[in-house]
Amino acid sequence: MSKIIASAAIRGAHKIITRAEKEWQAAMEKWGANEPVGFPGTAYYLPIIYGITGLKVEKLGDMETVLAKCKSILPPPVREEHPLPYLAPALDAGMATFFAEELIEAIGYLAQPDFYTKQEDVTEDNIWLGAADDVILRKRGIEFVDGTAPGFAAVLGAAPNPGIAAKIAQELQQRNLYVFMAGEYNGKRFAEQLVEAGVQIGWGTRLVSFGPDTSATVFAMGFATRAAMSFGGVEAGDFRKILIYNKDRVFAFALPLGYVTDEWYANAAGAINWGFPVIADTPIPEVLPTGICTYEHVVSNVAHDKIVARAVEVRGLKTTVTEMPIPVAFGPAFEGERVRKEDVYLECGGGKSLMVEWVTTKDMDEVEDGKVEVVGPDISDVTEGATLPLAIVVEFAGRQMQADNEPILERQIHHLLNYAQGVMHIGQRDIAWLRIGKAAAEKGFKLNHIGILLHAKMHQDFGQIFDKVQVKLYTEADKVEEIAQKARAVYKERDARISGMSDEETDTYYSCTLCQSFAPTHVCVISPERTGLCGSYNWMDCKAASEINPTGPNQPVEKGATVDEKLGQWQGVNAFINKASRGNIDHYNLYSIMHDPPTTCGCCECVAAVLPQCNGIMIVNRGYKEDTPCGMKFTTLARTVGGGVSTPGFVGHSKYSICQRKFISADGGIKRVVWMPKMLKEEIADRLKARAEEVGISDLPDMIADETIGVTEEEILPFLQKKGHPALSMDPILE
Amino acid sequence: MAKAKGRSIDIATIKMLEKAEKEKVYTAFDRAEVIQPCPVGMVGSCCKHCSMGPCRVSLPAGGMETPEERRFRIGVCGATAETIAARNFARMIAAGAAAHSDHGRRVAEAFLAVAKSEAAGYEIKDEQKLLQLALELGIDIGERTNQEIAVDVGEILMKEFGRQEGELLFLKRAPLKRQELWRKLGVAPRGIDREVVEIMHRTHMGTDQDYQDLIKQGSRTALSDGWGGSMIATDLQDVLFGTPAPVLGQINLGVLKEDEVNLIVHGHEPQLAEMLAVVSQDPEMIEYAKSKGAKGINLAGMCCTANEVLMRHGVPIAGNFLQQELAIVTGALEAIVVDVQCIMQGLADVAQCYHTKVITTDPRAKIEGATHMDFDDLNAVETAKAIVKAAIDNFPNRGKNIHIPTEKADLIAGFSHETINYLLGGLYRASYRPLNDNIINGRIRGVAGVVGCNNPRVKHDDVHVAMVKELIKHDVLVIQTGCSAMACAKAGLMVPEAAQYAGEGLASVCETVGIPPVLHMGACVDNSRILIAATAMVKDGGLGDDISDLPVAGAAPEWMSEKAISIGQYFVASGVFTVFGVNWPTLGSKEVTDFLFKDFEEAYGGKWAFEPDPIRAAHLMIEHIDKKRKALGIDKARERVLYDMEMRRELAGA
Repeated sequence: MSKIIASAAIRGAHKIITRAEKEWQAAMEKWGANEPVGFPGTAYYLPIIYGITGLKVEKLGDMETVLAKCKSILPPPVREEHPLPYLAPALDAGMATFFAEELIEAIGYLAQPDFYTKQEDVTEDNIWLGAADDVILRKRGIEFVDGTAPGFAAVLGAAPNPGIAAKIAQELQQRNLYVFMAGEYNGKRFAEQLVEAGVQIGWGTRLVSFGPDTSATVFAMGFATRAAMSFGGVEAGDFRKILIYNKDRVFAFALPLGYVTDEWYANAAGAINWGFPVIADTPIPEVLPTGICTYEHVVSNVAHDKIVARAVEVRGLKTTVTEMPIPVAFGPAFEGERVRKEDVYLECGGGKSLMVEWVTTKDMDEVEDGKVEVVGPDISDVTEGATLPLAIVVEFAGRQMQADNEPILERQIHHLLNYAQGVMHIGQRDIAWLRIGKAAAEKGFKLNHIGILLHAKMHQDFGQIFDKVQVKLYTEADKVEEIAQKARAVYKERDARISGMSDEETDTYYSCTLCQSFAPTHVCVISPERTGLCGSYNWMDCKAASEINPTGPNQPVEKGATVDEKLGQWQGVNAFINKASRGNIDHYNLYSIMHDPPTTCGCCECVAAVLPQCNGIMIVNRGYKEDTPCGMKFTTLARTVGGGVSTPGFVGHSKYSICQRKFISADGGIKRVVWMPKMLKEEIADRLKARAEEVGISDLPDMIADETIGVTEEEILPFLQKKGHPALSMDPILE
Repeated sequence: MAKAKGRSIDIATIKMLEKAEKEKVYTAFDRAEVIQPCPVGMVGSCCKHCSMGPCRVSLPAGGMETPEERRFRIGVCGATAETIAARNFARMIAAGAAAHSDHGRRVAEAFLAVAKSEAAGYEIKDEQKLLQLALELGIDIGERTNQEIAVDVGEILMKEFGRQEGELLFLKRAPLKRQELWRKLGVAPRGIDREVVEIMHRTHMGTDQDYQDLIKQGSRTALSDGWGGSMIATDLQDVLFGTPAPVLGQINLGVLKEDEVNLIVHGHEPQLAEMLAVVSQDPEMIEYAKSKGAKGINLAGMCCTANEVLMRHGVPIAGNFLQQELAIVTGALEAIVVDVQCIMQGLADVAQCYHTKVITTDPRAKIEGATHMDFDDLNAVETAKAIVKAAIDNFPNRGKNIHIPTEKADLIAGFSHETINYLLGGLYRASYRPLNDNIINGRIRGVAGVVGCNNPRVKHDDVHVAMVKELIKHDVLVIQTGCSAMACAKAGLMVPEAAQYAGEGLASVCETVGIPPVLHMGACVDNSRILIAATAMVKDGGLGDDISDLPVAGAAPEWMSEKAISIGQYFVASGVFTVFGVNWPTLGSKEVTDFLFKDFEEAYGGKWAFEPDPIRAAHLMIEHIDKKRKALGIDKARERVLYDMEMRRELAGA
């Protein structure tokens, strides 16, 4: 910290804390100490305060303790001559700043409940999103876990003009980074500049307009803090672990654009605690020695066309920009971008026409690598708002290529097309739906570019399993229909192949340690009948991933000798878990919730918990935010069982798993399920019905209670008794 | 004038030497010219351990001798020059270790008295450190009061002095590899007193007559000082009086005030100084001073006790070891209150020329011609008041020949291990990481501990300041204690602005953290803090797995006391390359000297060196630092590692 920076940061902290105190006093007068406060949809209270200090701010009156803490760690101003050491005090001041800003924002929610949109998207008249709720946290956080998003740039202020803002944003997007925006400079705000430049903002495009004031920075820092608690299983109050976790695993940095005020310095000093460096476009003093951050702490006066590259280097982040020879930008950050009805240039599928996608294998001499063929009218041949049928046929050839890989490669088409800016893709197989926006068409995007990008990305990501790939695109109705016929026959075969697999007949399972970047001791073992608990990886995915990257996070696990068939325990699996968890976990049972159940990471879609009185289990999914019969909300449950430990009575699992044959089969399986939220029951209704029929209790779905029946065991038990739920007559679940 | 200028680089000192000369007052500077060092004793070649001697076994002039001459250059009992040099050296260690450790014992006694509520006026100031100590020592905390816990802590540590077997508890603080090495070499101390007594025994006529074995016991004894007595003193002082944190202070004779009662506390143990700091602020005492015509009471420190009260109370320092008599020469000093160690008997003589009262306070250290007023921990407030009152009563006796030099410098002091840990990362990210990181990336070349005394055989303060400036110019961060720290503080090296004298890399780190390039870590007993800091560097990682792997070095360029030898020996035995100036007490035996200067490195990873020239000595240290950097593979610039997802996954658990 240079003296100038430390002095400014400490001054800024004084100002912000004074403001927080004033606003708190006014709020106390207006609402009183018992008024509930907090950010919407989160179980982490005010997350920075909760994560760092363990204090739960639930009521206005709780803020008094936090303000007292702010004042106790707020250092005196830095003396001009012979100053006392100021780095540590400045970092402390930065932390106090975040505490105070969380209070300010929480009071803001109280004073103007509709100030923020409180959702993933901006609305017609409001571009400020406010704090991310826990659903967004999980959905987006998982991208930090699997590496899809390496981190985020916290942008403060504004670029000199909207054009530069759009360029910086796009560069960040192309490096897969999230952009978290707050604050203003010269009356301008980065998020507003992006809107002005016609850039789509919101969580979907990773351009997150948190809030108009500097204090909205806490939404970014709170997100990072929650990531450590949610995905890393770090306990609230274990500040050191939370901060180091972020330094090592969340590759974020601050980009102050414009004059750096005392308040900005205070926020920057705070962010350095998390290991997030500052890269400024103004000539502020630099802090180059390393230590708190991985490399430099403050780098300044960086030109706008170099600022993203420099920031990534200073943070120590390796990102690869995919240079795609297509006329629009390309990368995961554009995946969530939408093409609205009024912006459509060309539409295929989606009920208006037939669209089909098909990956198939050919002989080596039948495929000319890189060949892209468009048969029928192209974008340039139609007018704005046109509809065309479309068949995308991707033909692979190579020694390693096998039929099992086809569906996996086919599933890539969805997100790869979405990676292209101005292209929206929904669905798969013969219910695919594609929209190409006006902006993309204007830039010269044509159908052959779909082939070009598929060829390039397939080679980049899956090059190990094939040698050649060519793409054919058909837009003539009869041809599309002909392809669809062929494809449908193949889809049928595939479905039969996958659903026919059983754990018993499979000798090799797969591991998934993708989450170890976030939950270091967690090891998922994925069998055909137990998908990964995040819902993102099934056995086939893992198999393919393992073939594609033999040293990656998905490894084949030889089952070995059976230790217990009913519980689902094998010697080979145990040995693998022991090694992959670095000796922390030496065994678990794949099919049990009661007896040494599998470990759970923070990414799980659902948590099952034993309800002793009902002699069964309840399941709660992440989207359900209310109380449950086990006495804990989802987030509390996930915190309790997450973090890579095996907790008898609790287990994390995917939504899909509920209707798989091996779901807690050692403890009685699906028949044990006595409660789940209505929304979950509706989501899995078809499969649940089928599974119920399979076990011979076709009306099981109606016997499962939900929140409309009750949210305590006492409330639901009479219902279960009335319905004659099978769990009640099973062996005692607790022995 | 010219004569005074040749004796010191410190203007205040020069001015007072001139005044003394004019007033025909003789100081250590004069006496050092009158009495030349005994050439036989200086090199460790005089044995007076029995009445068959004393035997002088010094080398003939020119240093050349035939094998035959050499055979007969032995004592009456047959003791060789090697045995005699080693015995003398070992006895210096014993005396030094005894001084530090007896200091530690007195602190432990006072600590226990406070814990048992027997010493009114003191209280336990650092609860955090008390609890940490208790945890480390395996003491039950539960719902017990601080005082109950402190009784256990005090009793356990008190037993360390009289421990007879096993090994000292604090050895476990050292890096594991170092502990194992000590055990392997047989130098892990069994107790504190026992090792000192054993040296006295072994060096008795006709006992241990193998120089290597004698030096080995020297190592064991020195370790019982550094990792024993001194460390206990530092830790208990911190708990009792507060762990030092950065504070702005002032130093040099200019801190004395013309219109106030000037009272200097001089010596080493902080109990007395602590209480004087409190009592001298007592409104009742200030009123009393006013009644005698003074505007107030001005307490200042001198020598190590000054370091203690500066770090904890911001009490100004009047000067270092060689300035003790000169403070009296100002004519404005009402009393110089002393306890133990480094108190020149000459004070009493100089005081006769002025009105100054020399007040001894410790039953172990009385001086003929001085006033003795027993300072009693159990009745601290009253006895301290009596001492202050005596000083006030002396104010009206001031003569007319008053001259207080205007020189004084600002300094930032108080860099304890705990504070450094905090300063490098704040409350939430405290660690040694930034220090290690910047050593690894080369901004900081290494760390040097420059410590020790003043010695009128060399130009006062000059050697310290020249060496330290040379080191920081080459990006070596300097940590200091004792009178050496004071020399550099007077030269203005202990304020952040002194980064201008540092190399670019070190300066950038100083600017980042807001620290001076030269850090004041406390009194000479606080060299134990340097051991802890070095261990913290090892434990933070990236710089090897033992203290001897670190790019660090030590020096005492103006040393004079036996404590310095003990400190040096425990640093060397802990793996630190250590250079001494002035003269070297084993030069009478090439074998013993080679053993310490060369063979030691193989066994301990650290060794001694002797180099009176400060610049050359600094470069010996820098060479050693560079050697260690090379061994660690950090001598070359490293490429920036950019992390991708896979590498992040490989990072060990958060």
